[in-house]
Amino acid sequence: MISGIILYAVATIYLVISFIKDKTKTKNALLRSWKMFRNVLPDLLAIMLFVGLVLTLLTPSFISSIIGEQSGLLGIFYSTILGSIALIPSFIVFPLGRTLIQNGAALPQVAVLMSTLMSVGFATLSMEQKTFGRSFAYARNASAIIMSLLFALIIWVVMA
Amino acid sequence: MIKLKRYWFFFVLLIGLLVITFINQTMGLKAVQLTGKSILDMLLLLPPIFILVGLLDQWVKKESLIRYMGEKSGIYGILFTLLLATVAAGPLYIAFPIAVLLLKKGASVRYIVFFLGAWSTVKLPVLLYEFTSFGTKFTLIHISFGLVFYYLTGLLFEKIYDQKKMLKNDITMDA
Repeated sequence: MISGIILYAVATIYLVISFIKDKTKTKNALLRSWKMFRNVLPDLLAIMLFVGLVLTLLTPSFISSIIGEQSGLLGIFYSTILGSIALIPSFIVFPLGRTLIQNGAALPQVAVLMSTLMSVGFATLSMEQKTFGRSFAYARNASAIIMSLLFALIIWVVMA
Repeated sequence: MIKLKRYWFFFVLLIGLLVITFINQTMGLKAVQLTGKSILDMLLLLPPIFILVGLLDQWVKKESLIRYMGEKSGIYGILFTLLLATVAAGPLYIAFPIAVLLLKKGASVRYIVFFLGAWSTVKLPVLLYEFTSFGTKFTLIHISFGLVFYYLTGLLFEKIYDQKKMLKNDITMDA
């Protein structure tokens, strides 16, 4: 959690500098921050609960069993769906991927899973829609799925 | 004033959780633990990010951001965007409010798409995990392909989406 500590340190330093330079601006900035937080909180709580439920139902051994060496395109399909629905902290994604490989999952399938986990979010789609508009949110997620599939294809050709 | 209507999805899921707990207590407990942990993680990570975004909003002038991330910023735009995205921590949804602020300050759609793409592909703190878990070759393919792909996507999206139209939902304002 070193990045968290750095983040807090940086935020505190800038906040102090800002406060010394201009109290009104700092107050406005914090007011903005609070409003942002309040606006995203309902979505975030729902996202967290949704992900908690999904991850309860999916265990690493279950995932490995459906995206094994013989799973082929169907395995890629499962990985894409799983990765798009679930949402886990990014520093857990790669160690999880490794665990899946050790449990018998195939590399291209795991590559899709990890890539979509980090870039595609069905759970966050409603929040993304409210932020950027519907069309952009859908298009961005679609592009992330395409990226993940192409990435898996490259990995398949080069490394598998 | 808390608008309960905005929490409807949360309550639907909560009912789902209760049903699961009713059927299988162990599973319900596990779901509560997982959810509680991610809510805690989020509450730890969000305050400094939102404070920084709030400060950025007040202090950074539109003209200077246009110079770094505007339509004519060229190679600086790429480097600046990459720097912003790679040093950041946290899941992609944290990047949304940051991206909107950048857009509001005059960043072009191309760099916003690139920013979101880079955020989900390359992050310095996470890079270490990728490197140790999957090796150099895998990591390099992932990063280089991802960045090129999202830059090209940015070029495409820039032609489709209008910067001003995308800003009608300003989440720093009251909904």
